Amino acid sequence: MTAESTESEESRASARSVMLQGLRVIWVAVRAEPGVFTGAVLASALYGAMTVASSWALGWATDHAVLPAFGGDGGDGGDGGGAATGALLLAALFIVGVAVFKAAGVMGRRILAGIMQYRMQARSRREVTRQYLRLPLSWHHRHPTGQLLSNANSDVEAAWGPLAPLPMAVGVIVMLVTAAVAIVLVDPVLALVGFLIFPAVALLNLVYQRRLSPLAMRAQQLRAEVSEVAHESFDGALVVKTLGREDAETTRFQARADELRDANIAVGRVRGLFDPLLEALPTLGVLAVLLVGAARLKAGSVATGDLVQVAYLFTLLAWPIRALGWVLAELPRSVVGWSRVREVLDATGSMTYGAAALDGDGPARVTAENVRYGYDPASPVLKGVSFRIEPGRTTAVVGQTGSGKSTLTQLLARLIDPDHGAMRIDGTDLREVARGGVSGAVALVPQQTFLFDDTVRGNITLGLDVPDEKIWAALRLAQAEGFVSALPSGLDTRVGERGATLSGGQRQRLALARALVREPRLLILDDATSSVDPQVEKRILHGLREESAESTVVVVAYRMATIALADEVAYLEHGTVADHGPHDELLARCEGYRALVTAYQREEAERSALDEAVAEAVDEAVDTDEEVVA
Amino acid sequence: MTAVDETGGETLRAAERTAVETIRHGLRLSPEFRRGLAGTLALAVLATIGKIIVPVAVQQVIDRGLRGGTPDVPFIRNAVLLCALAVLLTALCGYLMNVRLYRSTESGLATLRGKGFRHVHDLSVLTQNTERRGALVSRVTGDVDQISAFMQWGGLTVIIALGQLVVATVLMAVYSWQLTLLVWVCFLPVMFALPRFQRMVSRAYTKVRERAGDVLAAVSESVVGSAVIRAYGSEDRTAERIDRAVNGQRRAQTRAQMIIGFTFPTTELVAAVAIAAVIILGVHLGVAGSITQGRLIAFLFLITLFISPLQTATEVLNEAQNAIAGWRRVLGVLDTPADVADPADGVTLPRGPISVAFERVGFAYPGGPPVLHDVSVELTPGTRMAVVGETGSGKTTFAKLLTRLMDPTSGRILVDGVDLREVRFSSLRERIVMVPQDGFLFDASLADNIRFGRPSASDEEIRLALTELGLADWLEGLPAGLGTPVGQRGESLSAGERQLVALARAYLADPDLLLLDEATSAVDPATEVRLARALDGVTRGRTAVSIAHRLSTAEAADEVLVFQHGRIVQRGPHAELVEQDGVYADLHASWASAIGS
Repeated sequence: MTAESTESEESRASARSVMLQGLRVIWVAVRAEPGVFTGAVLASALYGAMTVASSWALGWATDHAVLPAFGGDGGDGGDGGGAATGALLLAALFIVGVAVFKAAGVMGRRILAGIMQYRMQARSRREVTRQYLRLPLSWHHRHPTGQLLSNANSDVEAAWGPLAPLPMAVGVIVMLVTAAVAIVLVDPVLALVGFLIFPAVALLNLVYQRRLSPLAMRAQQLRAEVSEVAHESFDGALVVKTLGREDAETTRFQARADELRDANIAVGRVRGLFDPLLEALPTLGVLAVLLVGAARLKAGSVATGDLVQVAYLFTLLAWPIRALGWVLAELPRSVVGWSRVREVLDATGSMTYGAAALDGDGPARVTAENVRYGYDPASPVLKGVSFRIEPGRTTAVVGQTGSGKSTLTQLLARLIDPDHGAMRIDGTDLREVARGGVSGAVALVPQQTFLFDDTVRGNITLGLDVPDEKIWAALRLAQAEGFVSALPSGLDTRVGERGATLSGGQRQRLALARALVREPRLLILDDATSSVDPQVEKRILHGLREESAESTVVVVAYRMATIALADEVAYLEHGTVADHGPHDELLARCEGYRALVTAYQREEAERSALDEAVAEAVDEAVDTDEEVVA
Repeated sequence: MTAVDETGGETLRAAERTAVETIRHGLRLSPEFRRGLAGTLALAVLATIGKIIVPVAVQQVIDRGLRGGTPDVPFIRNAVLLCALAVLLTALCGYLMNVRLYRSTESGLATLRGKGFRHVHDLSVLTQNTERRGALVSRVTGDVDQISAFMQWGGLTVIIALGQLVVATVLMAVYSWQLTLLVWVCFLPVMFALPRFQRMVSRAYTKVRERAGDVLAAVSESVVGSAVIRAYGSEDRTAERIDRAVNGQRRAQTRAQMIIGFTFPTTELVAAVAIAAVIILGVHLGVAGSITQGRLIAFLFLITLFISPLQTATEVLNEAQNAIAGWRRVLGVLDTPADVADPADGVTLPRGPISVAFERVGFAYPGGPPVLHDVSVELTPGTRMAVVGETGSGKTTFAKLLTRLMDPTSGRILVDGVDLREVRFSSLRERIVMVPQDGFLFDASLADNIRFGRPSASDEEIRLALTELGLADWLEGLPAGLGTPVGQRGESLSAGERQLVALARAYLADPDLLLLDEATSAVDPATEVRLARALDGVTRGRTAVSIAHRLSTAEAADEVLVFQHGRIVQRGPHAELVEQDGVYADLHASWASAIGS
């Protein structure tokens, strides 16, 4: 999936000019932060103008302070050293004064450009993560975790990367225009040199960018792929180890790393060629100025100071002019980053909410009406599930591996919406319930426990205002009171990332307490006690049985003990509810159900029958032997 | 995603090397960096010398070409042409230097990535688990990228900048020692202040990285915990958390930028002061006849050579510090001993049923109390052994020791009479395969995942393996059969189905000892019983150990090992143990009531 989407991204990116798209991305930022952008550009323009002014100041100093002192031929005064002192001081003040303004421009540009870049990054991160929270779970299922993380991190960073050098680039343009005007004012012939050099620099930059962008994009892509392989491989480290596949995995990773190396070297070739050329061009300009200037000097059209001014200007331009190149170099990354961010922002299918409330009191009535759902629409997991659960009843959902039990629990909690049909609580279609309504009435304990990097209390209340007594009551019911009170800071103990400091069984019990503390009207347990010892599980289930009169309970279960605690059973087969009713009735009338839940008992019965048969055979043999002996 | 995970790196050997030691050690590990380094440096020196072409040209033109009022055009033309040639040669040197630099550094870094990656896999499960995954990934991605960025930009800038200062100073000294002294006096305070600036900047950036780590953690919770967040309607709370982290990061970034913004332009001011001072003093010297006007003007050009190295210095130093920190972290991974290592002259075990002997084996997690005490047990070849006990009784530790995912802290384990620590890894992994409870799958097709057990297996062999395990019906029911994509971590399949694939994968590997660690805990009873029967058949002639949470497995086994509090408390066939008073009888009673028989 990732490979496909990047291919389409690449082709899209190359189809239209990267530059145009890059400018469009920049335009987004300019529109979002017009004030900061204007400030940064103004500061940058000040910097640009002052750079030109500083060369002018130097030229002025040459003509009015230096050459007269040397008794030179240039300026107006020719009367030796002493008289120039005033001009000398003036020149010095002039140079320092220009530098003060230039420094102010640099400072403003840097700070404002930073503020703009970071604001845009923060804004995109907020938007992207809001979208993660808004988009339905089915969307999350389709997108790899690693991709979503890099969308919110490195892609956002890449998208707004060009904002840092952008004002500088705009300032450089101002600088170039001012410089061109300044040179024309000095001497139109000398200006010709400038008019040859500046467009050449611009052209070179353009060629540079065009050559670089596909290579840089590829390198960026490969960087992401290297990271994805590492992520997956380290996640599966146990499997890699137990099957001794370290070499094969290293080969797989090294292949990607080598591709990245080659891509980076390819980028390096282009950079390595164009960077020195871009530096050489203004230098050649200075030399051309000297050559042409000498001729003009001979013709008496310019003064030595003018020559110094123009040459100095070219020297000053050599460095900033490359800022144009930086922006251009950042553009391809920015375009790819932004298109990946946009993909998240443009994703549709957010759940819609109605206005209905589930504010009934006491346990909920649950109905499924011909519910269809498929991760792949061509082969739905649930093909028309209908059932009705009366308030306060406990229903066990039983079915084969892969029969859609977990999917059903997610539909009940409205983590996903049915493709067809409806899930109702108290007769209200879940899609019509107001935002927050379903989660206020329904609590799901999923098969895979998830804890936040927070305290035990935070993980249980999730921000809800719950008194400690209620938390302890929930923990007691979840059989977690013992280990929580033994934790160093009790309820205020932090559980670490994903609850890393706790065992699997402890995590499950906290997740259970999280559901119980809400006193939900519908409690859904999706194999939520799988990591808990049978004895502890038994205590939990008995406790639930006694306390849960206020809840309707749906529990996905295999174990007979759990099923026996349920009032009724919904048996899933081939994507539909094959039978629904009390356990005893189903056992009597539904063959599939019987085969499933009595598998262990039958196995045991067969084995003991076999054992008995063997024992009898042995006995008989012994008897025969004895007879023979007798 | 880059470089935000350093907080997680504590458990790896955080080798507190100095910068120099890090570089020396790093260069030893990546000899590619030094390949052709002399040539590259020579080219860098040439490229640096090219920087003085302009000042020299200006000086020559003014002092010699413009002497006596009328420009000496032929001289100027020759001088300019010569300089232009030098400029082109300089550019060529720059190009060659860049290409060589990119080639050698990227080759070295690709090798470093590979070595780091391999070493992470070689680390024991203990180290792997105590590390944050993201941190380990950073070691072979972001950290290396940082080194790469520095070597290609910063490293070069340092060399050229230093060269630039040296070359400029030498030329200035040739022109006038008094003015050279003056320029240095102007710039010295800046140079002294630089390390201070750099420390401020570095502190600010450390803060930025910490905040970036907060953002990453907050964002990842919103992605990984998406189901729970929705189920409990805590979207707003999560959004607030993310906002806090994102704003914290923005504030830290802005602060860092402010510091740079205020310090960066100082050099501009100092340069202007230097130029003004040079003009004043230069004119006085000129009047005294100790400097020519061309040299004085060339001086002004030379001062510009001082600015850029000093301006970039803070950033380069900062980047250097990051790169060295990154390098240190990568080397830290490589330095962390693979405490469960492949023996140098390992024994290759012949194929065939395997015997196992635990001799007074004890184990404790680092810094923890012992979890296994003095365990001695023998498994004869071909035994099918079930291991039972409550959570935390030591079953899984037993399994991890038997597969040598960890080494015992005392005692030893023998397979076919050979100490496990002396068996070659390739042989060990071929003969002993464990199926862990959480069957991790790779984002590939079903067939590819099963083939992970034996890369050479054909689709037919995979299908046959599934049939032998009694899973042919299940395969039939999948939309695209063997080609079914399993999704990230296999999440397109249900938890039970993932376990089926993991089991098939291990079975295809055809081990002599198969170890199942609650490998079918999420599978429905009917399928599990079918699987158990199939396994019964296919493990005939092999040694099999299954850690069971359903005691039906124990009933079918030849023998049962009962663990309690890290000790084996009972051992024998089910029929015997169930008759004795003890742990097993209790476990069995509660199991029997759970299944309702």
